[in-house]
Amino acid sequence: MLDDFLVRAALAGVGTALAAAPLGCFVVWRRMAFFGDATAHATLLGVALALALDISIFAGAAALALIVGLTVDRMAGPRLSGDTALGVLSHASLAAGLVAVSFLSGVPVDLSGYLFGDILAVSRTDLAVIWGGAAGVLALIAWRWSALLTATVAEDLAIASGLSPERDRTILTVTLAVAIAVAIKAVGVLLIAALLVIPAAAARAVARTPEGMAGLAIVIGCASALAGLQASLMFDTPAGPSMVCAAAAVFAVSRGAAALREARG
Amino acid sequence: MTAHRTAPLAHGDVARHPLGAHGAPGAPGDDAASRPLVAAQGLSVALAGRTVLRGIDFSVSPGEIVTVVGPNGSGKSTLLRALIGAVAPAKGRVVRRAGLRVGYVPQMLRIDATLPLTVSRFLSLPRRRSAAETAEALAAAGLPDLHARQMTELSGGQFQRVLLARALLDRPDLLLLDEPTQGLDQPGSAAFYRRIAAVREETGCAVVMVSHELHVVMSASDRVICLNGHVCCEGAPAHVASAPEYRALFGTGTGGALALYRHEHDHSHDHDHPQSRDPDHDPWDVAARRHPDDPASPTRGQD
Repeated sequence: MLDDFLVRAALAGVGTALAAAPLGCFVVWRRMAFFGDATAHATLLGVALALALDISIFAGAAALALIVGLTVDRMAGPRLSGDTALGVLSHASLAAGLVAVSFLSGVPVDLSGYLFGDILAVSRTDLAVIWGGAAGVLALIAWRWSALLTATVAEDLAIASGLSPERDRTILTVTLAVAIAVAIKAVGVLLIAALLVIPAAAARAVARTPEGMAGLAIVIGCASALAGLQASLMFDTPAGPSMVCAAAAVFAVSRGAAALREARG
Repeated sequence: MTAHRTAPLAHGDVARHPLGAHGAPGAPGDDAASRPLVAAQGLSVALAGRTVLRGIDFSVSPGEIVTVVGPNGSGKSTLLRALIGAVAPAKGRVVRRAGLRVGYVPQMLRIDATLPLTVSRFLSLPRRRSAAETAEALAAAGLPDLHARQMTELSGGQFQRVLLARALLDRPDLLLLDEPTQGLDQPGSAAFYRRIAAVREETGCAVVMVSHELHVVMSASDRVICLNGHVCCEGAPAHVASAPEYRALFGTGTGGALALYRHEHDHSHDHDHPQSRDPDHDPWDVAARRHPDDPASPTRGQD
């Protein structure tokens, strides 16, 4: 079954969506969309370094995402708003990644594959990494779910309940780095943030509880991955962008339906 | 909450607690020997390099209601946050009694519109609570069954009471409330304070309440701390109102003093003269009795 590249692609898409969607809810609730973008862009530099050092691309990407994520966590402060810190890091690391890739003489690099994903070329090893990473992300999120949610509502409430919001924020940054690293193969560094944010945002219009929103985001993410893959085959379009377009279409329908419902009273 | 519901309570409360001379549990004097629930000893706190609190000695005894007043930026919220351990002391220390259960109501909590959160889910943060537990807490906070409502759909008064209900779920020994009536109109604030006093009566928990509104808050307080980076003065409500440090902080007499200004505002429509006020007379008693059933009372939005 895994011999079929389409089956592998579908499994990669679903695995990526499984990791990205519930994390995406926290990205939306904590207004971290730009943070997700910056860490995702930074992974290109990680990819370039991994290629140069001949190590796993997942490891290089995850390491860079983690470094940037933790740096931003600490850079943001009274002197520099988080927004500005992210703006600097996001584009600086993307540019540095592009420059670094150009130095890789002798190594044939499919740049667009890293920028926009190459899900149809997913290998069995890639699949194992994607599903392993997704399982790790889901396990961490499930373990810290209640604590993260409390800290998302208000950090002081979490502290008063004996939790450590700072530690949980680091855990969130780690899971985000892993999710981004496993998503590169599916949608590429430029569109990863979309896979985080769009399914969660689409789910918001319908959800009544945080758990409902996360569950629905997973369903929307997986369905978008499969629909995007199908569309890419039918219309011969790039798979990663097609998946993001499918998610965006679900978002538009969900917001439209919510607006109609509100208008009716 | 609504005037018709709270007005009878107001008179009942005032009757039960002759202010300034009441015998509520934890009144200063009878608890001097009991160990404090929490104590700040020589506490200094710096935020972003700026010293916000200097040399604070402050303790809370079981069952007492302490109101902390002071202008904006005087370190009131920082003091509460230091008591729960959210900010580390630069100097001194905070000592909590072993096994102390704290209920905390933060200042101006805003739930992001992207976060769908029902009241019952909020009450189950971070620990799952049974429906019976949450129903009891909502009732104790003076709320009807709002379980299925979204947090973002609540009125200001309901929202603050849901925060109170959550804080009560752990059956706290100590309730910490940071400007819990911010954004409420005066009848709403008065009703909220009466509920706090009732909670103390029912559970015997101590209460530390931060406020920048002197007159409404103090009607229920055993003790008032006036804070401005350091403790300016401390004592029973009537004592603080007449202490020179307090006058200096908010201005003297009637001109532009925050608490006195509000008080004047409350009374302007019936030509009450603040200048003639006897300093030994407890003005907050009057305020607490008047606001809930006085439709002419100005709301905070008009101040």
